[in-house]
Amino acid sequence: MNDFLTWTGVTGPVLNPILGVLTVLLILAWLAQLVLSVLPAGAAGAVLRDGTLAARRSPAELAALAARYLLLAIVAVILAYLVLGLVLPGLPAKGIIGGMSARFWPVWLALAVTFALSITYKRHLGLYGKLYDSPIGMVGFGMVMFWVFTAIFAPLIMTHDPLSQISGMKNVLPGAPVPGDGGAYYLLGGDNLARDVFSRMVAGSTVVIQIAPLATLFAFMVGITLGLPAGYYGGALDTVLSFAANLILAFPVILLFYLLVTPEIVSSGLPQYIGMLLFLFPLIFLAVMINSRLYVKPRLRSGLIAAVAVIGGWLYLSLLSSPGTPVDILPPALDLIEVPGNILIVFVSVVFVNAPTVFRIIRGLVLDIKSRDYVAASQTRGEGPWYIMLWEILPNARGPLIVDFCLRIGYTTILLGTLGFFGLGLSPESPDWGSTINAGRRFLSIYPHAAIVPALALMSLVLGLNLMADGLREESLRD
Amino acid sequence: MLLFLIRRVATMLLTAICLTFIVFYLTNLPPNLEKLAKSEASARMSDEDVASWIERYGYAQPVLVRYGEWLGLLPGWTRSEDGEITGRCIPRGSDPAEAPARCGILQGNWGTSTVFKAPVAEIIGTRLAATGWLMFWVMAVMVPASLLIGVLSGMREGSRLDRGLSIFSIASTATPEYVSGVVLIALFASSTTGISPLLNSWGLIEDKTLFLGTATSALDGITFWNFTLPVMTIALYGIGYIARMTRASMTEVMTAQYIRTARLKGVSFRNVVMKHALRNALIAPFTVIMLQFPWLLNGVVIVETLFNYKGFGWTLVQAAGNNDIELLLACSVVAVIVVLVTQLISDIGYVFLNPRIRLA
Repeated sequence: MNDFLTWTGVTGPVLNPILGVLTVLLILAWLAQLVLSVLPAGAAGAVLRDGTLAARRSPAELAALAARYLLLAIVAVILAYLVLGLVLPGLPAKGIIGGMSARFWPVWLALAVTFALSITYKRHLGLYGKLYDSPIGMVGFGMVMFWVFTAIFAPLIMTHDPLSQISGMKNVLPGAPVPGDGGAYYLLGGDNLARDVFSRMVAGSTVVIQIAPLATLFAFMVGITLGLPAGYYGGALDTVLSFAANLILAFPVILLFYLLVTPEIVSSGLPQYIGMLLFLFPLIFLAVMINSRLYVKPRLRSGLIAAVAVIGGWLYLSLLSSPGTPVDILPPALDLIEVPGNILIVFVSVVFVNAPTVFRIIRGLVLDIKSRDYVAASQTRGEGPWYIMLWEILPNARGPLIVDFCLRIGYTTILLGTLGFFGLGLSPESPDWGSTINAGRRFLSIYPHAAIVPALALMSLVLGLNLMADGLREESLRD
Repeated sequence: MLLFLIRRVATMLLTAICLTFIVFYLTNLPPNLEKLAKSEASARMSDEDVASWIERYGYAQPVLVRYGEWLGLLPGWTRSEDGEITGRCIPRGSDPAEAPARCGILQGNWGTSTVFKAPVAEIIGTRLAATGWLMFWVMAVMVPASLLIGVLSGMREGSRLDRGLSIFSIASTATPEYVSGVVLIALFASSTTGISPLLNSWGLIEDKTLFLGTATSALDGITFWNFTLPVMTIALYGIGYIARMTRASMTEVMTAQYIRTARLKGVSFRNVVMKHALRNALIAPFTVIMLQFPWLLNGVVIVETLFNYKGFGWTLVQAAGNNDIELLLACSVVAVIVVLVTQLISDIGYVFLNPRIRLA
């Protein structure tokens, strides 16, 4: 029987005291800075012998400088934990943190390659490259990509199967050894059904990273396709669409989820019908976009639109159709993608909740942009309304839209978590973060690790997206 | 102004009618009614029994007619069977001749909850009062804190204080209630982890934990001990958003011409902020705070479920989860009214607060 792992392994006795001292010093430096900045500053500079003034650092500035270096030192110590975890042999030496760091090696590698390549070529990469000029944006992007790569490499990272239970591991604390299996440990402990919390967190990232960005993209397609004409034409169309959008927005989100996702309503097929409507919009969007640009080359245009209709239509049908539900159109042989029914419903309800807000943002941007000179110029040139909307107005609204897209992925992640938290939609076995928090919260005050781990994972992903959006906003405002 | 008000109120009523009809329609779909019949009468009913039950209790009429009955615009259904007259508005064992023709929410009849076996109006009343206290304390914490953070960070844009506070607000908007609630409980309300065991062993606190992890006892009396965590959980998520809006509005005001003039005249920075900037900078956050109420409703549902505080949000979850049609309808009516009224107040308030619109 092996012993429990410690958090920091053999590096602990050396690094832990250093980290403790540095943290205390950092807090002191921050306090000093706060106190000193309130006190009146003394003489701004010293008079030198030749009568010139030499600037002198005030005590507040010195404290700020100290705080900065201390922060850097703390980051260095944390990096040391992670790097030593990769290098040291054997899990007992690595500790829990080092052990996790070692499991995440594909992620570190991919992150290093991404950052090295992007920083080298950042001047050629447009807005994405500008992200690397803002430290906050870079940190946020790193956090987001960490979870994206975790989702991609999840099978390599997981230590156990996220659904299998091992007897004797119920609610065990982090670092517990698996009985009868030499080198295996539950790095972050076991949950109430004796499953590995660490592996479930990693598997959960796959669910979230698959659904959230795609759902946001669909919501944007719906919002753009409806918001552009509403803002551009105005009038009755605008009134009706705005009323419908406000109607959906006036619903409390949770009530809407309960109304859409409960089994009785799912069995009536309503979410799938909403899905049929919502998933049409990406197809309409693409077709209109191609048509408005290429109508002068009818051949190319017709070919492309036919391709969109055939490929997109097939994807559309195979996405929606699933056997045993009210919408069962395609025969199984032609059914390309098999989405589990409840994931589709969750997807639809998340798109449905997000689309009205996107609609309102787009409508506002169009109302602002349509009075610009270049719109008037293209109207004089005789361009069609959809060309103006899609190729003149939309590209000029991209800055705020990209920022909002990042924020909205975060919001969608929160919504997915909310659905999981109320046990709606996804199956209770699913390792996604919301459902895991829901399962873990019953034993929160005794065994907090099962709920805390997915909670922190979700928070770090959303925080990364928000920081990235903030960095993008600052950089796109600069030019 | 009057025309604006009339138009706003008319839109509001139309929205309310549409929304309640959608909820009514969705909760009265055939599978829901079948479940209701089985839970009310007997779980092992045959399909014919279900159909006759639905027929007998007036659920077989067209949806629009039943919606009208529920609203109180149409007379309630009546039915005579074996010489005994039953009906929507005739309570069991009372004289049918004395019963009113219409009994909907317009007449103050909200129906009966099938889960709690009590009149809906009574349940909603007590639960709303409980949630009202929660909302009150959340507002009392959230509004001053977020305005202070927003003003301090917008006062000197780009300063160290601004960056620190901005990162705090971004982090707080990234922490939904079910995350912060879980973290706060583990930190402050667990007898095995967090700081409570430490404080207990030092003898600083008498109880096992610093705060209580459930708020059920707060229904009998609100104390610092049992109410801090739920209030903080909701407030934390909202603080970031309001603070960022306040900051944006404050930075915009601080770059305005009249602020520069005041500074050049020699007015001290403190006076510029307190007397010139603050009043104009707080117009936009007012709208945001009003529009925050619908979001609070969301947070209230999560927090009341997490902390087991039996208020409005908890009732909504129970009603939705147990297919309690009349209670769920009443909950959605309340929620929709809250949303629409706060929207109206924020519109009117914006007009009144902004001298450029008010005097024009």
